[in-house]
Amino acid sequence: MHIKPETIERHTLSVTVDNEAGVLARIAGLFTARGYNIESLTVADVTEDETISRITIVTSGTPEVIDQVVAQLDRLVPVHRVTDLTELGPHVERELALVKVAGTGEHRIEALRLAEVYRAHVIDATTSSFIFEVTGGSEKIDKFLELMREIGLVEVARTGVAAMARGKEAL
Amino acid sequence: MATEKSGAEILIEALCDLGVDVVFGYPGGAVLPIYDALFKQKRIRHILVRQEGGAAHAAEGYARSTGKPGVVLVTSGPGATNAVTGIADALMDSIPMVIITGQVPTQLIGTDAFQEADTIGITRHCTKHNYLVKDPAKLGDVIHEAFHIATTGRPGPVLIDLPKNVQIATATYKKPGVGTVGRKAYRVQVKPEQAQIEEAIAMIAAAKRPILYTGGGVINAGPGASQILRELARITGAPVTSTLMGLGAFPASSPQWLGMLGMHGTYEANWAMNQADLVVALGARFDDRVTGRLDAFAPNSKKIHVDIDRSSINKVVRVDLGIVADVGRAMEDMVKLWKARAYPPATHTAWYEQIDGWRAKKSLAFPDSTREIMPQLAIRRLWEATNARKPIISTEVGQHQMWAAQHFDFEQPNKWLTSGGLGTMGYGLPAAIGAQVGNPNALVIDIAGEASILMNIQEMATATQYRLPVKVFILNNEYMGMVRQWQELTYSSRYSESYSDSLPDFVKLAESFGWKGIRIDTVSELDDGIADMLAHDGPVMVDCRVAKLANCFPMIPSGASHTDMILQSDQVSGEMDDEAKALV
Ligand SMILES: Cc1ncc(C[n+]2csc(CCOP(=O)(O)OP(=O)(O)O)c2C)c(N)n1
Repeated sequence: MHIKPETIERHTLSVTVDNEAGVLARIAGLFTARGYNIESLTVADVTEDETISRITIVTSGTPEVIDQVVAQLDRLVPVHRVTDLTELGPHVERELALVKVAGTGEHRIEALRLAEVYRAHVIDATTSSFIFEVTGGSEKIDKFLELMREIGLVEVARTGVAAMARGKEAL
Repeated sequence: MATEKSGAEILIEALCDLGVDVVFGYPGGAVLPIYDALFKQKRIRHILVRQEGGAAHAAEGYARSTGKPGVVLVTSGPGATNAVTGIADALMDSIPMVIITGQVPTQLIGTDAFQEADTIGITRHCTKHNYLVKDPAKLGDVIHEAFHIATTGRPGPVLIDLPKNVQIATATYKKPGVGTVGRKAYRVQVKPEQAQIEEAIAMIAAAKRPILYTGGGVINAGPGASQILRELARITGAPVTSTLMGLGAFPASSPQWLGMLGMHGTYEANWAMNQADLVVALGARFDDRVTGRLDAFAPNSKKIHVDIDRSSINKVVRVDLGIVADVGRAMEDMVKLWKARAYPPATHTAWYEQIDGWRAKKSLAFPDSTREIMPQLAIRRLWEATNARKPIISTEVGQHQMWAAQHFDFEQPNKWLTSGGLGTMGYGLPAAIGAQVGNPNALVIDIAGEASILMNIQEMATATQYRLPVKVFILNNEYMGMVRQWQELTYSSRYSESYSDSLPDFVKLAESFGWKGIRIDTVSELDDGIADMLAHDGPVMVDCRVAKLANCFPMIPSGASHTDMILQSDQVSGEMDDEAKALV
């Protein structure tokens, strides 16, 4: 017996929740309990009085599964609203990465040259290393890391995706 | 300034304000302050169970039979973990329940203190919501919100974890004003959208072969919903089938009744579902036990699904029209609109002729035997002897449960208590106890299997203590019959560990708990045995020895379609392939 493959889509969801203990565990646990994928999850409170947090989740699955992810999230008691940004239309996505690259001579120069192309800033330097700060879509960061791997990548920290719909409307 | 009360007193006060008059519980170190507060008051009755799992199932039985939320009180650590099965059961079957668990004092949380368990973590995904309360000033509001969440929308269990120091610390408590309970993030859509009701009505009016497929949601929507279902069925002329959880919402005596559908449903219900051109799902969730093979499920039908839980819609079966609403309200609006439009009453003559053809199969017929008691016959006789008294029936899990669903006819809602979603053996006795507490004058019978009953047998003492005259009617086949049946069908009758050995003498067991014990060995003793059981005004355990190898039919093997029903055991047996074995 073999398990059959299915077509998979990647969706970015924006979820506003009451900022209370356990809410992140509730959301992360929902994904594991129901077998959904999380590619990225970011969270921070976004209101002045710190009562509401905004969570951005990048998930993947069949269209039916994505529908269920949205409905299941929406059903959680502390969840105010779930928006499928991918479904909604044009939106922007950004993440930030800190990238440590070690090397000397030609490698250093090449690293700086590439960093310029990717608009990465040097935020720490020693005689044998740099830390770059790079922001952009996940693909751009993947690409940058791929190049740095050839040069002397030693460490990466990524924030995960923050996303927002285009235009003047709020969620 | 209002006087301050301890957290434990606030709990009692809030429960009283919420109309709670009974709590099912078991004491322990982390809830001693609450037990002391209980001791000092008279408004809330505490039912002392014999294991916390019993408390949770008793609360379920109480809730399901009364429509009110069941309340559970247990200690930290093992008290909480023992209750988990009942909590998960309540989540699956959408039973309103509030569980109060003791917790170690806040300063000890996370230190592996004595009887500490991460109750919030453990129950996060088997509750509708849960709370750890660290401040007695917030306790009152949390309790009110917990009851609100447990009882509205799709009902379910809500747990409040209460550290011992919070039970002792003091704060003021004020009953929240009307309309202030709840929170913005928690929204429930009760009222259906009018445009969708119009669409639904047009679809029903246009259908040639409609079927109403009803579920536990109709029961949860209150007795009014069962009434309006009868009206909807009457005016649309559509035949009605139901899930296991929905039995009783529609009267079994109605000519429109098809019986239960699904794995052990009737031939007519499953074939009607398969041949329907319109399926109207009302508070049912297309469970795998109902649908069988999905790509063959009601293949040529349009589907309407009414459910209060949006995530149920399109979860397993894609529907043409999903209506998020309280099912009672939606049916009410449908009936109103149908009448306003003055549709002529549909008789669906051709459709009923077809249905009568399937009915003629007599799929619930069972072999006649005078040598052994057929379990189906025992249930039928039990029904005949008791139906005038409108009994509340609970069950354990197994063949006896399915036979009860098939052969015990229900006319009213809230009379049928069974563990459907989780399928928890050991549910029936405590559930019967809870139902008897909530309905002191009702006849309450647990139809049990000899294996299941042993899972919460300790609760016999609870019934004795509170003089609850519950009846336990064991269909004793000396097998975990349902397991044996699957092994017969799937594993060439290799009966691996599915026997009941070293059983107690149930009559002596009953007597040792102060119950009456009755044994029924032969068909000729059956009616007298049942009469003796009913004549005794205390609790009774009946050990009814039934045919050991009887199997429950009809049956749709898992992964098969509604049209591949097995009617008799000689149609199957042997070995199934791996695809079939992998299905639940
Ligand atoms: C707690 C629990 N453990 C195991 C099972 C699996 N199971 C389902 S039915 C069954 C056998 C039940 O036997 P019995 O109570 O004698 O009922 P019968 O099927 O013979 O009527 C078992 C073991 C279950 N449903 N619940």
